Amino acid sequence: MSLLEFARGPALQWSLIIFVFGVLWRIAGTMLIASRKDLSKPRRQSAVRDGLLTIATRSLPEHQFEKKIRFQHYTGYAWHVALFISVLFFAPHILFFESVLGFGWPHLPNDIILVTGAIALAILLALLIRRGMHPVLRLISNADDYISIVVVIVPIITGILAFAHIGARYETLLAIHFLSVEAMLIWFPFGKLMHTALTFPSRYEAGASYGRRGVKA
Amino acid sequence: MRDRQTLGQFLKESGVSRRGFLKYCSATASLMALPPSAVGQVAEALASARRPSVVWLSFQECTGCTESLTRSHAPTVESLIFDGISLDYHHTLQAASGTGAEEARIAAMEENSGDYILVVDGSIPVGNPAYSTIAGISNLDMLQESAKNAAAIVAVGTCAAFGGIPHASPNPTGAVAVSDIITDKPIINVSGCPPIPVVITGVLAYYLTFGNIPELDDLGRPTAFFGQNIHDRCYRRPFYERGQFAKTFDDEGARKGWCLYELGCKGPTTYNACATLKWNEGTSFPIGSGHGCLGCSEPDFWDQGSFYRPIAAGMWGSREALLGAAAAGAVIGAGAAMAARARKKKADKKQEASGT
Repeated sequence: MSLLEFARGPALQWSLIIFVFGVLWRIAGTMLIASRKDLSKPRRQSAVRDGLLTIATRSLPEHQFEKKIRFQHYTGYAWHVALFISVLFFAPHILFFESVLGFGWPHLPNDIILVTGAIALAILLALLIRRGMHPVLRLISNADDYISIVVVIVPIITGILAFAHIGARYETLLAIHFLSVEAMLIWFPFGKLMHTALTFPSRYEAGASYGRRGVKA
Repeated sequence: MRDRQTLGQFLKESGVSRRGFLKYCSATASLMALPPSAVGQVAEALASARRPSVVWLSFQECTGCTESLTRSHAPTVESLIFDGISLDYHHTLQAASGTGAEEARIAAMEENSGDYILVVDGSIPVGNPAYSTIAGISNLDMLQESAKNAAAIVAVGTCAAFGGIPHASPNPTGAVAVSDIITDKPIINVSGCPPIPVVITGVLAYYLTFGNIPELDDLGRPTAFFGQNIHDRCYRRPFYERGQFAKTFDDEGARKGWCLYELGCKGPTTYNACATLKWNEGTSFPIGSGHGCLGCSEPDFWDQGSFYRPIAAGMWGSREALLGAAAAGAVIGAGAAMAARARKKKADKKQEASGT
């Protein structure tokens, strides 16, 4: 079995199984875990509005901190947008999603994907360097932060190399790209990458909880 | 060697002009990535070469390799070069049959001991030798006997080179490649299903010229012919770069000649000379005819999912397996949450009982 066969076959199968299993485990466990019973009298009929509003307000920089967090906040947005475009609108990626989901969607020209991939890579590298150099960020960062960043950076690098056929034979680069994505899939449910699934529910939960007590989140 | 005529004499008698011969030598040198200065050496060596004895064994195969070789080249000079070898045994092409044919093989091997070239097409069944026999001799025994005193072995076709289609899962005959059995002789793998004829003649020409085997890649294939992948030499490559793909075999993209990657083309992972040498005397090749590359010159090409499954789609298993994993994850997650609730409830009760 060649490296590419391994990467396209068993490694992909097992990493997807671990990914799906882990994500569902984390979501079900988080949703159903015991929460302290709120004995206070509800200030509002329904806190749904507060929950939804908090998802929106927490997605914008807090006004009083805006100057200090501007760089991190907006580069974070740019990085996520660039990544999503690269992942979701590159023709070969869509072929993979189509084979799993049973449907596909139009792709963007490769040149655009190359640019968004390069932007995503540059921003993430900058944020990683900043995390290592900023005294406060460094203090609050743990191994999970660094591992989560690295397992996302590597697929971007290997993807660009595979696309451009740089550094090795195409099948080797493609196999390494597959394997790097598979490493990310395996890490995903157990590290901070899980924020992808939990960010909005947790913002909603916080907003709804505060709203019930009549507090603006 | 029964026919001691040189190749030069044979070609002259056959009506091949000096110009035609030199043209072939130039093409051969160019194909093998040799410098222009080597053309003279190639011509001199080929002209003075004694016609070597070739014993061609066909095992578990479809005769496609022989068909390709014999049909595609006549009446070009390459075919005459090939006629120029002394093909002493080939049970599809030879007139003799039965005992006479086998005697010809034994005689050629004895008369040219240590000098003959053994060409093999087809895989060798080792699961049960009775799956394929010739004159009552198993393929395994015949290969081992014939390889013993051969100067070199040319494994023609993907079956002989890597096991090929007989080797495909579940491999009912236990098919293996020549190199899985013979380990003490130089083996040149000329893979392809079938291989390009000029690659076979080119390899033989190199052997006649230099007396040794050409530079090989990690799969034992001549790098001159298998050094670059189809994708790098494909005339549809610009469409890949621009992200313009045919979605079906009869859509607008297909009619405009766009890239066939989405239709399962294996060009990016296949190493062969189809895109440069082409087939039918340089007329076309599969991609030129509107079909993606099958990857037939690569090991296990039959077991890569489907010919029409894009490389990027991977072979990720089944939706059922993923749904099962999702259900198992949800159940275990819910179970963990319930266990945490029970622990909390117990702790609360304990706290209430202690009155704190």
